[in-house]
Amino acid sequence: MELQGDTSAVTTPGQFVNLRLEGRFLRRPISVCDRTDTGLTLIYKTVGDGTRQMSRMLPGQELDLLTGLGNGYDLSESGEEPLLIGGGAGVPPLYWLCRELIRQGKTVQVILGFNTAEEVFLEEEFRSLGAKVRVMTADGSYGGQGFVTDGMKDLSYSYFYACGPMPMFRAVNQTARTGGQLSFEERMGCGFGACMGCSCKTLTGSKRICKDGPVLRREEILW
Amino acid sequence: MVDTKVTLSGWELDNPVIPASGTFGFGKEFAELYDINCLGTFSFKGTTLRPRFGNPTPRIAECTAGMINSVGLQNPGVDEVLRVQLPEMKQYFHKKVIANVSGFSVEEYAQTCRKLDECGQIGLFEVNVSCPNVHGGGISFGTSPEAAAQVTAAVKKVTTKPVYIKLTPNVTDIASIAKACEDAGADGISLINTLLGMRIDLKTRQPVIANRMGGFSGPAVFPVAVRMVYQVSEAVKIPVMGMGGVSSAEDVIELMLAGASAVQVGAANLVNPYVCREIIEELPAVMERYGIERLRDIIGAAHKE
Repeated sequence: MELQGDTSAVTTPGQFVNLRLEGRFLRRPISVCDRTDTGLTLIYKTVGDGTRQMSRMLPGQELDLLTGLGNGYDLSESGEEPLLIGGGAGVPPLYWLCRELIRQGKTVQVILGFNTAEEVFLEEEFRSLGAKVRVMTADGSYGGQGFVTDGMKDLSYSYFYACGPMPMFRAVNQTARTGGQLSFEERMGCGFGACMGCSCKTLTGSKRICKDGPVLRREEILW
Repeated sequence: MVDTKVTLSGWELDNPVIPASGTFGFGKEFAELYDINCLGTFSFKGTTLRPRFGNPTPRIAECTAGMINSVGLQNPGVDEVLRVQLPEMKQYFHKKVIANVSGFSVEEYAQTCRKLDECGQIGLFEVNVSCPNVHGGGISFGTSPEAAAQVTAAVKKVTTKPVYIKLTPNVTDIASIAKACEDAGADGISLINTLLGMRIDLKTRQPVIANRMGGFSGPAVFPVAVRMVYQVSEAVKIPVMGMGGVSSAEDVIELMLAGASAVQVGAANLVNPYVCREIIEELPAVMERYGIERLRDIIGAAHKE
């Protein structure tokens, strides 16, 4: 989904927007895949009624959204050869991150994990940015066979940035040999830190995924 | 020029619009978005004697015209609130605030309120009696007139500020509980807290909320709020703060007609963080439309034929 409007509050890869849909009480938090000064790209997976409704929107329709939510990835820790690890619906926010890291002159490697060949997306887009891309599918129908962690073992990298489901994070935590940052998902009430609906415990105290996250450091997570 | 001022136990508010506890934190997240000094006041995050992380996640479920939450009173504890949140609040909120207090025993309520009583920033107490009583078999204080009265009396004994008791709607006879609080010395009643609700995920066949059940709020509960504010304000002489599904200036007026002296806005803040400011801005025009010159004149008007 391509949106036009004021994007000045969206400053860091890993941030998200919270969009209001006709007839739905709660907003939908969606990560920002890419931004320009006048627009945002959102890529979402149709899983429920809300995302189905989004998929039926027509060009020119208006959306009410809260932008620039959450703490994104801290790029200053990347080192020279960061590794980006994306699983399924967690892939999109890594695109803007990849673009920024390459703009800073970093050598970026990307591992994308999917269940099967037909779910693969954004591979070519990452390549066009100049990243080295490796795709893994669980069933081996495309790229390497296995999980993202199977594709990580022979790589050398300075730091990692991940977005994906919790089981992937656990596997990444066991495999990764460097520090890293991970972007978490949780059911949210407000999306801006008021309701405490998405709190989690960390080694550095309780954190609100929406406000103190969604990106947390590997070192602070209670694995 | 219409007059939006209302009074709660001698405390004059510029307008009756008050963000409800649990939907506004300690105000900081909203103060980043707009100057929250336009509010009548606000009721801060439910505070307990000790810090609480609250319930496991998921804590939130969406419903038609509302939501269920099972946050479980996550808060930093009264000592931290006095040491950190309240001093910090001085930077962005210059009016007195409502201290929302919870507890799991009569003594806990009293101890928390006693500690907060010395803080000059607090205008009144709002004592949430919807929590389970650990010494009473886990049944909510607010579902028994005797237990609600006990909490009221215990808090009144250790405080100098007005004490409002926030009632749960999950009872058969709300008026008798409000009356018991009044008789025990309450200065006001606050209602309604959330309705106990539940959602089940069709795919997993399991409750959506980790704690299975939670508090249902949002526009869907507004008619229940109107009914209960009406019933309670008929049963007691002390002021009533009305809340439950309020999301517009019209809703504010409707609850005041039912008997509310001030009105809280809850779940709507989570969907539209600017909603309270918008309601305050719209209020004068809506008052004019309905021929209201002084807002306080309409309190309880629906009771008179």
